[in-house]
Amino acid sequence: MIDRREQWLAHAVLGAFTLIALAPVVKIVLGAGSFATAWEDGNFDSYLRSSAIVAAAVVAISTVLSILAGYAFGLMRFRGEQVLFYVILLGLTVPMEAIVVPLYYDLRDVGMTDTYWALILPQAALSTAFGTFWMRAFFRSVPRSLIEAARLDGSSSWMTLWRIVLPLGRPAVLTMVALVFMWTWNEFLLALVMVSDESLRTAPLGLAFFQGRNTSDEGLLAAGALIVAAPVVLVYLFLQRHFIRGTLSGAVKG
Amino acid sequence: MTRPPGEPRRVAYLYLLPGLALFGAFVLYPLGRAGWISLFEWNGVTRGTWVGLENYGALARDADLRRAFAHTAVLLLFYAALPVAIGLLLAGAASRTRVRGLAAIRTILFLPQVIALVVVAVTWRLIYQPTGWLGDFDLALPAVGLIGTWVTYGLCFVLFMAGVQKVPRSLYDAARVDGAGPLREFFAVTLPAVKGEIAVALTLCTIAALRNFDVVYLTTAGGPGDATAVPALEVYERAFQTGEVGLAAAIGACLAAIIFLLSFAINRTADRAART
Repeated sequence: MIDRREQWLAHAVLGAFTLIALAPVVKIVLGAGSFATAWEDGNFDSYLRSSAIVAAAVVAISTVLSILAGYAFGLMRFRGEQVLFYVILLGLTVPMEAIVVPLYYDLRDVGMTDTYWALILPQAALSTAFGTFWMRAFFRSVPRSLIEAARLDGSSSWMTLWRIVLPLGRPAVLTMVALVFMWTWNEFLLALVMVSDESLRTAPLGLAFFQGRNTSDEGLLAAGALIVAAPVVLVYLFLQRHFIRGTLSGAVKG
Repeated sequence: MTRPPGEPRRVAYLYLLPGLALFGAFVLYPLGRAGWISLFEWNGVTRGTWVGLENYGALARDADLRRAFAHTAVLLLFYAALPVAIGLLLAGAASRTRVRGLAAIRTILFLPQVIALVVVAVTWRLIYQPTGWLGDFDLALPAVGLIGTWVTYGLCFVLFMAGVQKVPRSLYDAARVDGAGPLREFFAVTLPAVKGEIAVALTLCTIAALRNFDVVYLTTAGGPGDATAVPALEVYERAFQTGEVGLAAAIGACLAAIIFLLSFAINRTADRAART
C-alpha cells in the first residue's frame, strides 16, 4: 500500500539522524591516541578508582534505603503517608544546582569537603528519592494475596520483604541500579565544587582538568574521553531496556 | 507481616527512617539553607548581612543575570523545540513503514543520553575546533545549543515511539484504506497519539536546558565575553569565584522553583492523559 519511494524516504530520514547521533562517537573512537599515555600521564587510573568507589557506595546506600522506604510506602499504611510521599516527589525535582552552594559551605564547616563522603552522601540522598518512588511502584504491583499468605504463615515484615517480595523485584532493582550508577558516574558539578585534592577527582572531573592541560593534543583528549565514557556505555549496551524504561517512566514523575 | 495489611503500622516508620534521614540531611536541609542564604549578602568567609529579598530583586535588575536567563530562552529552541520536531519527524517515518533494524536505531539514538555530559562537551569542542564557532560572538550560543539538540532528540524519538506503539495497528490501516498520505496520516493518527509524550519531552528538555552547566562550562565557559553565560554557570561563578554567595543561592532557588513548577504541570498533564 505504501510505495517504494516513500519507504525509501522514511529509511533515509531515520538513517541520516542515526548517523548524526553516531558521528561524534565515531570521530572520538577513530581519533583516539594512545590509551597507555592517557592512562599514565592523565592519571585516569586514579580518576576511575575514585569514580568506582563513589558509584559503588552511592548505588549500595541508595538501593538498600530505597528498598526499605519503598516497601513501607508500597505495602504498609501509616499516618502521614501522603505528606511524606509528596516530600519524596519534591525531592525528585530538586536540581543539584540549587543545593550545591549550601552543601559546599556547610560541609566545609564540618571538614567534609575533599572527602569521598562529600560526593557520596548528597548523591545517595538524591538517588534515594528516585529509588523510593521507583520501588514503591514495584511493591504496589505485588499481589496482595502473596503478602497475606506470608503473614498467615507467621512471616515477619522483614522476612517477607527479603525472602518473598524482593526476589520478584529483580528487574525493578536492576533498572534502579543501572540509572543510579549512570547518574553518579556522570556527575560533574558536585565533584567540581567539593574536591580539590587530585587523588579524589572522579573521572568526569579528571577529564575536565585533562582538557585544560592538553587542549592541543586531540588524540590524547579523545582517548581520555573514551576511557571516561566507556563504563556507562558498556553497561548501557547490556542493559539498554532498563535504561530506556527507567528513563521514560522515571521521567514522567521526575 | 503479622498484622493485616489494612491496619496502620508503626513499623513502617522504621523502614522509612534511614532513607528519610539521609534525604532530609542532604537534600531538604540544603534546600532550606539555600533559601536562607539567599536572604543575605555574603561572601562565604566573613559574616553575612541580612538583605531580605534584595538578591531576588537583583535577579530582575542585574543585566548580566537577565542576559543569562535570556540565553536559556534561546537555548530552549535548540534543547526543546528542535529535538521535539526531529523526534516527531523520526517517529512519523518509523510509524509509516516497517523499518528494518528499528531496535538498533533506537539503541543508537538513545546513546547520547547515557554519555557523560563532560565527555559530550570535550567531544564537541574537538568537533567545533576547526570552525571557530565557539569563539564567535554570534555563533557560540547556537553552537552550544546544537550540542543540546544532539543530546536530546534521541530521547524525544524514543518517547514518541512509546506513544506510537500504543496506537492500534488497525487505526493506521484504516487511514491507509481511506487513502491518507504520509502527512494526513501523521496529523490524523500519529500526532494525537503522542500528545502526552510531547508534553513530557518538552518538560524534560526544558529542564535539561535550565540545568545546562557541564556543556557550557567545558566548551565556552560562558564566553566569548558572556555570549553563552547561563544561570547554572552564574550560580557556580557567583558562589565560588566572585563571592556573591547569597545571590548564587537565589539563582539556584529560582531554578529549583521553575523546575518544580514544570514537573508539577507535567504530572497534571500526564494524569489527565492517563484518565482520558
